[in-house]
Amino acid sequence: MIRKNAVVDKDICVSCGACMEACPVGAIKTINGCYADVDAAKCVGCGLCSRTCPTGCITLIERLDMKK
Amino acid sequence: MKKKHWYDYLWIWPIIYFSLGFFNILFAWLGMIDFIVPIIVASVGGGKAFCNRYCGRGKLFAIIPRALKMKNRKVAPAWMYSKYFRYGFLAFFMTMFGNMIYQTYLVYGGASLKTVVKLFWTFKVPWQWAYTVTGVPAWITQFSYGFYSLMLTSTLIGLVVMALYRPRTWCAFCPMGTMTQGICKIKNH
Repeated sequence: MIRKNAVVDKDICVSCGACMEACPVGAIKTINGCYADVDAAKCVGCGLCSRTCPTGCITLIERLDMKK
Repeated sequence: MKKKHWYDYLWIWPIIYFSLGFFNILFAWLGMIDFIVPIIVASVGGGKAFCNRYCGRGKLFAIIPRALKMKNRKVAPAWMYSKYFRYGFLAFFMTMFGNMIYQTYLVYGGASLKTVVKLFWTFKVPWQWAYTVTGVPAWITQFSYGFYSLMLTSTLIGLVVMALYRPRTWCAFCPMGTMTQGICKIKNH
């Protein structure tokens, strides 16, 4: 069961694409070059993007569908 | 395992670029590709596709720590990716680019050609041996030296922050990245 998914702080994101490259399932894309966005449905919560982001603007949060 | 694309190997580009400039400084002009293409891509609605997929330097900074098994996992200090620093660094970089154009103009006007590479806009490194084609106008060679200096300086800064913090920390304040993201934000406002 996937318990977490990545979320991007859009105000900090520099849209460099390091997270896209790190994501093993292709769940991240940049929106019009402004910021990165994670497709929660695809995200497996591995945290690779979070550990790669140069600004540390990606965090793992508990999935909304896991909350009681 | 993700499928490899041809652009995944573009880390070779900065290595080829600096090698060519080591033997013939005129090859420095090729660096204009890294300067013009991202702006064109962002301006025609391609977003930051250059940074995201095709930036050789970004790929090089990502691949070196992997190859050397470096454990650089520290996030850069917040000021380094703050908007003030990013746009301030862009302004500084463009000022220095303008100064380089001015130096080129002076040589065009008759000033003597300086066959040195200026690192960190301060330290003059003799680079006379790369002045191998002497038949071209002096200003073309002067621009080559100036542009190569800019490219080498920014790569060295990138390597330092790559070693100190996360691999692609340079991308957080890369002037081209800041400029193209700015273009994208204005276009999608």
